[in-house]
Amino acid sequence: MTGEVAVLGAGMHPWGKWGRNFVEYGVAAARAALTDAGLDWRDIGSIIGADTVRGGYPGYVAGATFAKALGWQGARVTSVYAACATGAQAVDAARAQILSGQAEVVLVVGADAAPKGFFRPAGGHRPDDPDWLRFRVLGATNPVYFGLYARRRMAVHGDTPDDFAQVKVKNAEMGALNPHARYRKRVTAEEVAASAVVADPLRLLDICATSDGGAAVVLSSLEFARRHGDADPVRIRAVSTVTPRYPNTVLDLPDVATDSAVAVDPPAETFRMSIARAAYEEAGVGPEDLSLAEVYDLSTALEVQWYEDLGLCAEGEGAKLLRDGETALGGRIPVNASGGLASFGEAVPAQAIAQVCELAWQLRGEAGQRQVAGARVGISANQGLFGHGSAVIAVR
Amino acid sequence: MVVGWFTGEGDGFRLLGTRCAACASVFFPREDHHCRNPACAGGALVEVPLSRRGRVWSYTDSRYRPPSPYVSDPELPWDPCALIAVELEAERIVVLGQAAPGVTVADLTVGMEVEVVPGVLHEDTETTWTTWHWRPTGVKA
Ligand SMILES: [Zn+2]
Repeated sequence: MTGEVAVLGAGMHPWGKWGRNFVEYGVAAARAALTDAGLDWRDIGSIIGADTVRGGYPGYVAGATFAKALGWQGARVTSVYAACATGAQAVDAARAQILSGQAEVVLVVGADAAPKGFFRPAGGHRPDDPDWLRFRVLGATNPVYFGLYARRRMAVHGDTPDDFAQVKVKNAEMGALNPHARYRKRVTAEEVAASAVVADPLRLLDICATSDGGAAVVLSSLEFARRHGDADPVRIRAVSTVTPRYPNTVLDLPDVATDSAVAVDPPAETFRMSIARAAYEEAGVGPEDLSLAEVYDLSTALEVQWYEDLGLCAEGEGAKLLRDGETALGGRIPVNASGGLASFGEAVPAQAIAQVCELAWQLRGEAGQRQVAGARVGISANQGLFGHGSAVIAVR
Repeated sequence: MVVGWFTGEGDGFRLLGTRCAACASVFFPREDHHCRNPACAGGALVEVPLSRRGRVWSYTDSRYRPPSPYVSDPELPWDPCALIAVELEAERIVVLGQAAPGVTVADLTVGMEVEVVPGVLHEDTETTWTTWHWRPTGVKA
């Protein structure tokens, strides 16, 4: 155990395709989080920006960009980047500052204005970049990897395209109840099956969109929270930011090949499993203690994989857990009560922070119609390109 | 555009990786600087050809035209390209590659044997960019 920090405030800018600058979304989310915390921006001792990849500097120096937009007030500033795990690393940096005494109260902000269509690497001829290479040599977009994982599950565990469609049906149902979600329409399995194939066996409605959006949290020491009149805040008890262990034998974005296991046997658990285990160990809880989980459903099939990687069920039994309704609202362990990426779309640096926002609202009992009854412990899980693990455990 | 990833022609075509002389770890794409096994003090990295045949770990396709830096002619309709992840038994590695022209997802199953064959990524009037393709064994293009 490394000690806990309080989540004093959570805020978002609604996800969508708004066509504005990412700074606007981040500032809106930050102001919402500050209001939620009952704090003035000038009370904040440190701001941490989750970086976004923008041509030109402002996206790469997100901390200072948001600080300037909110009005320079002399706060300590940090900017972090870890692809999809950026938000979790920003939360981790905030926690480290608080626990080390460098800062008492920290504002963490992430926002993005996603480009249209597939994510693609930065321009130029860059054969030393694995992300550039997979596009150049193979035309392997992100959905290609999701399709590979989905097909593998079908072959090994007997999952069906209809199982995957049921993830979308479930998440769309919960997203319809979330005012911050981009897509707020219920979807049927027939609609999923009728949508165009993007990467066999996955269809358009199996794959998350790219979106604009912003999310922010205000974190503080428990002592600050008490002084501020919040004796029982939602607390962050673990942040997992682990790397894989050699040899990583599950083909991972953006690689063209796995590590070879010819000289060293693969570890007993996969990288995704190790992300969750590190969080459980740090928090001193197990999957049986969870009230809810927010996972990175880049594709419907990937959500089913996370059930197993988080230990919500045994390996190969993810689809059964879903079919039994255990991961729906009212089930044993609701997953993506927020609606997930299926309802939000990807706004890369904001998403892992948005997951923490949802945990905070759920654990406070403020999630409205999508509230998980009696929520006490929640986990978020996510994985960033190039081997960035990410999971956060919050408790009440 | 990438140097030293494959060599040879016809039946002699092979993917090229490197092998650590100290711990025998294999790397593809080739690793020429440091062995990535954290338990290895590091040895010389020697070029090795990879197994010609392997089994399908998984497969999928791209029904939409991939963005740049993938090169395709926007004037022509997009022809979905199958991609196959292949497990090489001797090297205990999974290598992703495009399927040979004409091979679609309907032709594939997980566990099926495939072999590596030379292929063309694209060509213009001056240059032909070559690559590797995976093709089910017993199929002759
Ligand atoms: Zn070695």
